[in-house]
This record gives sequence, structure tokens and C-alpha cells, in this order.
Amino acid sequence: MRDVAVVSFSYSTVAKEQMRNEVEMLAPVITEAIDASGIARSDIGFTCSGSFDYLQGGPFSFVMGLDAVGAWPPIRESHVEMDGAWALYEAWIALQTGEVDSALVYGFGKASQGNVHEIMSLQLDPYYVAPLWPSMVDLAALQARAYLDASGRSERDLAGVVAQAMRSARDTPQAIRSGEPSIEDLLASPYVASPLRDADIFPTTDGVAVIVLAAGDLARSVNKRPAWIRGLDHRIEPHSLGARDLTRSDSTALAAKHAGVASGPIDVAEVHAQFSHEVLILSEALGVDPSIVNPSGGPLAANGIMSAGLVRIGEVARRIMDGTANRGVAHATSGPALQQNLVCVLEGE
Amino acid sequence: MTEPLVARHSLEYPGGYTRSVGEVVGRYLTGLRDGRIEGARLADGRVLVPPTEYDPLTSAAVSVDDFVEVGPAGTVVTWSWVANPRAEKHALDRPFAFALIRPDGADTSMLHMVDVSTPEEMSTGMRVIPHWRSDRIGGVSDIEAWRPYKDGDPIPEVPPLPFSENMGDSVTGIVTSGRLDYEIAAGESTTRFLLGLAEGKIIGGKAVGSDDVYAASRGTDPTTGAPTSISVDVSDTGVITTFCIVNIPGLSDLAPEIPYVSAQVLLDGANNTFFGLIRGCSVDEVRMGMRVKAKWLEKLTADHGSIEWWEPTGEPDAEYADYKDYL
Repeated sequence: MRDVAVVSFSYSTVAKEQMRNEVEMLAPVITEAIDASGIARSDIGFTCSGSFDYLQGGPFSFVMGLDAVGAWPPIRESHVEMDGAWALYEAWIALQTGEVDSALVYGFGKASQGNVHEIMSLQLDPYYVAPLWPSMVDLAALQARAYLDASGRSERDLAGVVAQAMRSARDTPQAIRSGEPSIEDLLASPYVASPLRDADIFPTTDGVAVIVLAAGDLARSVNKRPAWIRGLDHRIEPHSLGARDLTRSDSTALAAKHAGVASGPIDVAEVHAQFSHEVLILSEALGVDPSIVNPSGGPLAANGIMSAGLVRIGEVARRIMDGTANRGVAHATSGPALQQNLVCVLEGE
Repeated sequence: MTEPLVARHSLEYPGGYTRSVGEVVGRYLTGLRDGRIEGARLADGRVLVPPTEYDPLTSAAVSVDDFVEVGPAGTVVTWSWVANPRAEKHALDRPFAFALIRPDGADTSMLHMVDVSTPEEMSTGMRVIPHWRSDRIGGVSDIEAWRPYKDGDPIPEVPPLPFSENMGDSVTGIVTSGRLDYEIAAGESTTRFLLGLAEGKIIGGKAVGSDDVYAASRGTDPTTGAPTSISVDVSDTGVITTFCIVNIPGLSDLAPEIPYVSAQVLLDGANNTFFGLIRGCSVDEVRMGMRVKAKWLEKLTADHGSIEWWEPTGEPDAEYADYKDYL
């Protein structure tokens, strides 16, 4: 394996961006990340992005996003119709080939332009599930109840997850929500989709995130303490919801095993839990204590659709680069009810 | 800066989206149409409901020969409550539960709806029974909803289908409909451009330190990613760089008759091309390098439709060298 590291990370979020289009949101963050990387824009070897056309209801939104990159003379570029974390996976593979030494990775999306809970229904099985129009919240609630029933945990435990996330988010400038809610107040609020309440569900977020990757000596020359990717793996489960065990995340556990999560101590974990119960399911699957999970507040505080998974990798990398952590794990998810999961182990040296 | 424009936009496939379902899904949907829930027995003996073409664990092929009838009663494995059903999306117009239901005899569960009045009537492990529509067409909505069931009670009858000459045929396809509504924020640069159109002007932008002007910029110089923070008025005359003659009717409201010409126009004073229709001459007169001018609508709006089409100016053609970099 070739040594590849995160050398810079920037992201921005807003609850509802009405002043700027996607290109205008992306351009300053891309520029900020490239400037911080110490690598010239024209020297970047590969560019890969993650976005989702249904967020704006039109095809090829990623082509438009390239206006923010500077794609002339022609660049090597690719795109995934997924969260930017999977774009990072593709870029990491490109770096492994040895053909390029650096990569620009970004994810972007404006979830506020439509009903994002409903838009996500378009990723469901079109024969058996999509015609019934369950929203992503409805499906998450099915998983939440299955998990609570099986684990013996309660809605009070979910409120505890939310309270921890909101407290942690107070130090995160990008947080859409933060604070010090009491467990009792959280439990007193109405259900959105029983057993989930508003605070158990991510806030609708428009966001962009950008990471610059560099390999080996280039990473060492541009960054005093790069965040090295020690393991990266993603796994998927059957699409049939009723054919999966919703009370656990086997795909996360398998990805964690292949990424080597357990082969060293974990100082920090950031998981792409868009719902409170997912923090608990994912912590169990990764084998980490929930108390060290999502020091940024996580997606319950800000969840840029198509960028929040990449942000998890960035939030861990940032803490390694600034020396507050030495080894951490980041997780990203895709599909309904944690169907597909990516695990990335990062480490300083 | 004026308030950026917001456009309403809907994504919809008129008449629905047509899908072939294949043999396995088709057999299952045929069963639903006939008031029967079927699963597929897998190699290890488990019964998969709803059946898929492949065993989700082993990828072994599933055949219609492996089908077995299950249910009709079933057990709720997990559920969530929908307090506010969404019109035009949900089949029920009153609060209901989404549930994963395991029909008797099955080893997996299926997503469907349980029709009860309050969430207090729902519980994991509760017994339910399907209530069938009388206008079944071979789709998951042939079951109207599941309702609570007490073991031993009579099983509700499946209402007979009205006579149809297609009766007995297998279901081979489904039509799914759906509509999503959006409010798209144009952003600063596109708003500037669109408001310019409302005044009969084409507004471009350029980045600090660059001479390159982009008409209808999305906010950056696409070659560098730098913000096009400087507004520049661009001419409404230009040169056809490339074009095609369209012989397909109905593609554009602006061109009711075929054949017509679609073209890329390099505007005077801009460094990118602009899409438009060419009229005012016969299609066989249109050529690369031809000089054209915008034909503006009489009543201008902040919309691309303000330029109806482009027509020849009669000036001498541009030299190829002048536009070859924009092809």
C-alpha cells in the first residue's frame, strides 16, 4: 500500500443557502482547501467529487460543480453519485496506482431546495418499496425501533445521544444546531416518526466539504503532520430491508475489520449518524465507546447531504493534523437505514 | 445586491416511469394481483419475501419454481408512525404505520402499511392481516393496508377482480409515478444575468486579473475557479461557432416547425458560447462563422425566454481563426 494522507480540509454549512448557487458555495471552500494544502491548483493530479442530481432535480449537477475547480487545461476528473467520502475512496485508489501524487476531493449539495427526506426515497427498490413512498426518516424510525426493542435501550438513551451531540457542537463553527438541551425537554417534544423526534433527526443542511490528499514524500513536504490513511474499506448489505438485521450494522463491522480499526487505540471517532440511534449502532459496530464519538457534534449538528460523510474523515484528520489526536476512525454511510458503510482509519506519525 | 431569484421547479415523468419487472418480480406481483402473497424458498430452506432474483446472502439464482405461498397473516417486526400522510405519495389519507411485516411461513419481512387510528394500537410482534383492493393491477399497492388480526378469526376475503380480458396474464411491468417540487436559488451571478435579460442586456462576469468574460457565468471563471466578481455587459451580437439542423418535432416551444437550427453563438466581448435557435433565414443558409443578433421578446422577463432566437445580421462572416478556440 502506498502511504496517502489528508493534508488539508475545509467545509461550510448553512441551514438554507438562498444567496448562492452550488458553484458559488463551492468555489471559496475549494480555494481555501487548496491554499491550505501547499499544493498548487495546477499541480493537483486527480479531482473527484460526490453529489446527487435529485437534490436539484436535474441531470449532471457535478458538471456544473466543475466550474468551481478550474478545469482548463483539461484535468483528470471523476465523480460518484454518492457522498464525497466515496469520492475520497476513488481518489485514494487513483493515488494507489502511482499515476498521481495528489488529489482534490469534494462533496456538495443543497438539501433545502426540496424535501430531502422524500427525495431520498428515489434511491429505494423501485418495485417493492419506492411505490409506498416511505421517507428516509420513516425507514430510520423502523431501524430505531428494531434497535431499541433488541438492545433493551430506550428513547431516554437516544435523548442522551442528542444531548451529547448538541453539547459537543457548541465548539463547531459549522454546527446548524447546538446547545445544552435537558433529557427531559428532549423527551417531552413530539414525535416526527415514532420513536424519532425532531432532535433525533439531522437538521436539513446545505453544505460543501473539500479534502486534499497527497502521497508519501509530497504529503510530508507540504504538511508538518499529515493525517495518514492507514485503512479504508466499504461494504454493502442487501437492499431488501426485511432481509437485513436492522438491529446492528454488519457492513460497518466488516469494513472496520478490513480497515484495521482494532489494531491500535482510537482517540477520536466521527460517524455519519444522521439519526440518534445510529450513533449507538455504529459505535457498537466499530467497537468504540460512544463517549469519544462525534466530538464535532456530528450530523445531528450539521449534515450537508453528500458532504457530511467526507466531513467525518476531515474532522478526524483535522484533529490529527493539529496534534489533538493520534489515531482515529471516520465512518460514512449511504443508502437507507445504514445500508452501505465506509470506514477510514487515520493516524499521525 | 438585489435578492437572488428563486425558481420553482418540478421533477415529474408524465404518465409515470415504466419498468419491466422480469420473471421473479413479475411472478410475485402477479400473485398480489390475484390476492396471494408468495415467497421464494432458498437453497438453505429460508423463505424470502418479497422474493428477489438472487439470494441476498449467497447470490444464488432464485427461480419461479421455488415459489411458495405465505401468509396471509403476518407479524409486525418493527414499525414507525406516520402522523401526517403526504398527499399524492401515500395510499392512505389518514395517519398510519409503516411496518416491516413477516408473513407466516416467511423468514424475511416486507415493508407495508398498517391501518390503525393511533400509534397506541401498534406494537412490535402484533398480528396483522392484509386487506386487498378490488382494483388490483399487479403492484405492492394491491394490498390497501394491513389491519390487526386475532388468530382464529376469519380471514378477510379477497375481493374478486372485475372481468378483464387480460385476466390470467402474468404481470410484466409496472408504471410508477411521482413528483418532486423544488425551489432553486439562482445565486448571485445567475441572478445578475437573468435580471439583465429583463432589461434586454446580456451580462457576463470576469475574475480579477483576467480579461476573459463569461456570459451567463455561474459565479466563477470555469478555467480557474476564480470568482467572476466584475460585471461586464456583453453584446447581443455574435458568431455561430457550430450548429445542427433539428428534424425532430416537439423539442422546443420556440421552434414549432421543423427543420430548425440550434447553434452555439460566441458573443462579441465574451469568451464562452451561448446556446440559441437560428431563424430569419432558411436552414441551408446557416453556416459556421455567420454573424447573428439576438431577437428579443417584446415583453422582457428575467428568463432565458427573453431571447426568442438569433437571426443573421448580413455582415461578412467571421474568420475561422477568430472562433476556432471556442469549438
